[in-house]
Amino acid sequence: MRTYRTLTAALVSAGALLAVTGCGAADMTKQASPYANAGGAKTVTLSVQSWVGAQANVAVAAYLLEHELGYRVDTVQVDEVPAWDALSQGRVDAILEDWGHPDQEQRYVKDKKTIAPGGDLGVTGHIGWYVPTYFAEKHPDITDWRNLNKYAGQMRTPESGGKGQLLDGSPSYVTNDKALVANLDLDYQVVFSGSEAAQITQIKQFAKERKPFLTYWYTPQWLFEKVPMTEVKLPAYKEGCDADPEKVACAYPHTPLQKYLNADFAKGGGRAAELLKNFHWTTEEQNEVAMMIADQKLSPEKAAEKWVKAHGATWKKWLGE
Amino acid sequence: MTSASPAATKAAPYPAGLLANRTVVVGKLLPFAVFAAVLVPLALTRWSGSTAWPDALTVDLSGPLGRTSDWIIDNRDHHPLFLYFFGHVSNAVVLSVRAVYLLLLALGWAGVTAGAALIAWRVAGGRLAVTAAVAFAVCGGLGMWVPTMQTLALMVVAVTASVVLGALLGLAAGLSDRLYRMTRPLLDTMQVLPAFAYLLPVVLIFGIGVPAAVLATVVYAAPPMARLTALGLREADGGVMEAVSSLGATAKQRLLTARLPLARPRLLLGLNQTIMMALSMAVIASVIGAAGLGDRVYQALASVDVGAALAAGLPIVLLAVVLDRTTAAAGAGTSDTNGGDLRGGWRGWAVVVLGIGAVAVAGRLAGRLDWPAGGTVPIAEPVNRVVDWMTDHLYSGVPVVGGTADWAGHFTTWVLDPLRGGLQALPWWVLLLAVAALALLIGTWRTALTAVLALAAIGVLGVWKPSLDTLSQVLAAVAVTLVIGFAAGIAAARSARVEALLRPVLDVFQTLPQFVYLIPVVALFGVGRAPAVAAAVVYALPAVVRITTQGLRQVDPAALESARSLGATGVQQLRQVQLPLAGPALRLALNQGVVLVLAVVIIGGLVGGGALGYDVVYGLAQGDLATGLVAGAAIVCLGLMLDRVTQPAERVRRKGA
Repeated sequence: MRTYRTLTAALVSAGALLAVTGCGAADMTKQASPYANAGGAKTVTLSVQSWVGAQANVAVAAYLLEHELGYRVDTVQVDEVPAWDALSQGRVDAILEDWGHPDQEQRYVKDKKTIAPGGDLGVTGHIGWYVPTYFAEKHPDITDWRNLNKYAGQMRTPESGGKGQLLDGSPSYVTNDKALVANLDLDYQVVFSGSEAAQITQIKQFAKERKPFLTYWYTPQWLFEKVPMTEVKLPAYKEGCDADPEKVACAYPHTPLQKYLNADFAKGGGRAAELLKNFHWTTEEQNEVAMMIADQKLSPEKAAEKWVKAHGATWKKWLGE
Repeated sequence: MTSASPAATKAAPYPAGLLANRTVVVGKLLPFAVFAAVLVPLALTRWSGSTAWPDALTVDLSGPLGRTSDWIIDNRDHHPLFLYFFGHVSNAVVLSVRAVYLLLLALGWAGVTAGAALIAWRVAGGRLAVTAAVAFAVCGGLGMWVPTMQTLALMVVAVTASVVLGALLGLAAGLSDRLYRMTRPLLDTMQVLPAFAYLLPVVLIFGIGVPAAVLATVVYAAPPMARLTALGLREADGGVMEAVSSLGATAKQRLLTARLPLARPRLLLGLNQTIMMALSMAVIASVIGAAGLGDRVYQALASVDVGAALAAGLPIVLLAVVLDRTTAAAGAGTSDTNGGDLRGGWRGWAVVVLGIGAVAVAGRLAGRLDWPAGGTVPIAEPVNRVVDWMTDHLYSGVPVVGGTADWAGHFTTWVLDPLRGGLQALPWWVLLLAVAALALLIGTWRTALTAVLALAAIGVLGVWKPSLDTLSQVLAAVAVTLVIGFAAGIAAARSARVEALLRPVLDVFQTLPQFVYLIPVVALFGVGRAPAVAAAVVYALPAVVRITTQGLRQVDPAALESARSLGATGVQQLRQVQLPLAGPALRLALNQGVVLVLAVVIIGGLVGGGALGYDVVYGLAQGDLATGLVAGAAIVCLGLMLDRVTQPAERVRRKGA
């Protein structure tokens, strides 16, 4: 008797759940954030990656969307690969700075067609190895990878276990450094700082003491304004030399950074989608905003506001006016 | 805020030192030694050679896991499992969070603040009402109103789901002995798992976003509700039950009229625990797109902005304080006894509802739904200035004592490196034997078996070396935590003034999201394992200090009195009476310290801690199921193993706030 009653209750509640959520199939590939379009406002959800350049893009885009077009903007911090996934599901509407993910592009843009390319951001990205300029000036030959072993002793830290330390960043970043160190026969140990924030904090501490260090880093990046760094030349990049991740022995390519939009949003996103497609600025402009956020500790909104007030000519074009 | 419940720290009737009973030790260890003497040579002849785990005994999961991940992504939009089950779960979560969020927005800031104050007033009285109103006003004042509402909406749904799930499980376990035996190890295990380890599987199925965050939170927060419900139901006074039965009540009547009301304090404690655990997930879940306050903390840390992270972390602390005090007051049952005419019974609730409605309508008429734009106080900048000063002046070159960077360096070279080297140099079977012996001494053969199997599973998963790296960090951090924690605990137990001074500090340390510590520790200790250890120590200290203090305080006053009358000095009293009598409490402190430290050492992967923590972050960041899940499983095993070898007399509240 009792089991029957429990069973009926369970069935009824399951049915009620189905009724509430809309009978039949529930498409997991189309789900917006519960905070989207709340209170009668139209919202756009942007994904932010952890580096400050990406925050700068989003801050300016969000400011314009809010103040020029009257949208409400939600931002969510997501790592790069999961961001592609979220973009395809419609949980976020756009990625404004992608550093190249051929697998994801094949899967979502070409095969599933749930993500649409949003064009160039206008900024070209480059990853490399850097030493502080104050050290490179004293020892100019360090800028060639062949001489790196000579300085390994000076780059030693408690974490690098007797070898020189090559400081690497967040696990979400594209890196071949372990293979490079092995294949180029370098007396270095890759130490992963685990997040860009940790890496920047450490670089600043090194620079304050004018200690030598070797780090994975990338341009465009605002930190160069605070801690001037010089790139170490690695064997030149040729198309396809990084095809096999185990055998990489060449430098990183220069990548024109891309924007991507959720396919439905790209079609039906109205003026917001149009603005994000037209969004196109230079490395210097991005750095200006990034610097305000990361170094002067302005809130992203304040930084964007300052930049927008000063650069009307640039962003007016994005609105299609 | 958190304190071990008195039951946990009840002093044993006589000193229960580790080696107090020689015959028990010999009785346990002798058969074990014989057993090992037979087994080890056998194992050695088969898999001798290197000290690390033998390759023949590992299973490579990267192939199948990679295929699983591809299958899920390819089938998510048309396979029935997703269309008819996960899809509905996900939709239900999104819809309910949205409903709560829209309600909060419709009430406006005035309505929500008034609501919090009125509910606190009804449940716990006037003083707490003021606290609640001030807390919510501060959230707005910090410029965090909208994220606070997002977090609150998510919390309401997650806590409701956890409470329902936990109560059902607890009800089943409370009424049936068989179910109780079956669910206990499951709940035990769930509570030992560090939350960071199971983010990835949830994300894989539900994708980044609110549904995944809510479900991860439920897994984390439901166990205390289940345990305490079961406990409350089982504790029901036999005499009362007898009386009810003799009156001819049916089973259902007995449950509804006697057992549940009797279990009320336990149920409310369960609710309290569940809320605290759910809140502590708010920031961790931001790694998988939970939005709200946690996301603000996470974004601020990405731009190395400790001040902004604190501004977003404080509302979490405030929510925790208000919710903790309110539910605790409800549990203590102070609400219905006093408070005069207005507060009691249904009339009190009517006042609450009317009050909220009136304020919300007034706010709406005044057109003031959003928090006023000018009404925010920037605290980020002064905080950052303090942090900058600290790092400028303490990092290096402090006369005599040396800078924090030097300490970190020494700690890494002199403590962490030898510890890691030693563990990794030990033959694998020696480690297994050591764990078995430890677990046998402290627990039963059953706990020993679990511990050994957990450690062996790590080897089978093929992550022996990184796991020992993590283990070395945990051991170092636990040692530091215990030294500082016991010292502070003893000081607080001996002096009420010290305790009063420590209390707010511990409160804040315990409720502040772990992530907030990460940047300051890097600024002080550089990138590497040392900052991970430092963050873990800070996070685990409050629990250890609290349990120690309480354990010492509860030592039987008669025993102390007799020692004093025999002319024992303060130190003698402490060493020969208080510490031995507080043995069970100290062991509980050790166990809690270990579990809490492990949770943070893993997050230390974000600041260069490497090892398993880094693998989990890597798995999440790259969508690499093979790396992430294997590391997650290894963390789970490590947690189980550590918990079993430090098995306390009785397990209670854990995982901080």
